[in-house]
Amino acid sequence: MAVNYGSKRTVVGAGYGTSDWVGQLATGLVMALYTVAVLVRWCWPRVNEMGEKFTGYEQWASVFAPQWMKVFTFAIIVALAYHAWAGFRSIAMDYVKAAGLRLLLQIAAVVWLVGCAGWMMQVLWSI
Amino acid sequence: MAQASDDLKARRKAKPEFRNINVFKDVRTYRLPLAGFVSILHRVSGLLMFVLLPVIIWLFAHSVTSQISFGQFQAALAWAPVAGLPIVKLVVLALFWAFTHHLFAGIRHIYIDVSHQLSKDMGRKTALAVLIPSIALTLVFAAKLFGLF
Repeated sequence: MAVNYGSKRTVVGAGYGTSDWVGQLATGLVMALYTVAVLVRWCWPRVNEMGEKFTGYEQWASVFAPQWMKVFTFAIIVALAYHAWAGFRSIAMDYVKAAGLRLLLQIAAVVWLVGCAGWMMQVLWSI
Repeated sequence: MAQASDDLKARRKAKPEFRNINVFKDVRTYRLPLAGFVSILHRVSGLLMFVLLPVIIWLFAHSVTSQISFGQFQAALAWAPVAGLPIVKLVVLALFWAFTHHLFAGIRHIYIDVSHQLSKDMGRKTALAVLIPSIALTLVFAAKLFGLF
């Protein structure tokens, strides 16, 4: 059996694969349910203060207008970032064999996802 | 001995064994099962959405922020700078396919994980249950996007 301790200890790879697999599955499931929730809210007939039916922009933007929907959506963004990070890491581990380049890509992925999450947060609370 | 190893070589040549698949040599001859197509497209669609995240956020931001930004969102969708090609609409269509495929393939994953029903036949059937609705929905979305109904 190959030596897997001391200086030969495996330091690359997923490490905690099971928890990430379950995490990716759970976040995926939550995002799928969120998708359905948004579609139902969008299609559900709603009226404004004047009693007129929402259409076009109003119908779409009012889906995300309440504070609870923004908080909910933000939680989904965090779930998406985790999900996408695990997915990107799987791809990087499968196709990028050079450890240095892979590390660089994984760091870049985290920066990319955290940056996008921050931008998305700003968008949500400016509605 | 030499004869036997020659025979082995000849047989190997007749029936290639794929281990580490080379993109440039093996992909054209490798007969991927339907479940394999779903699997690789799950990756492709996920990576596509990952790479285009800023585009998604830009479109979302302009669609919800205000009536004015909503107008800019609509203008962006209609934008066709080269040869009347609506680039943004095509990107949105690609993203719609990616999302739909990724969603259905993800549900398939969960189904396989919880049901423990793993067989060749089931793999093929569930692969079709991903590919047919995702492609059909993409076609319907394309028709709506390009104003056919």
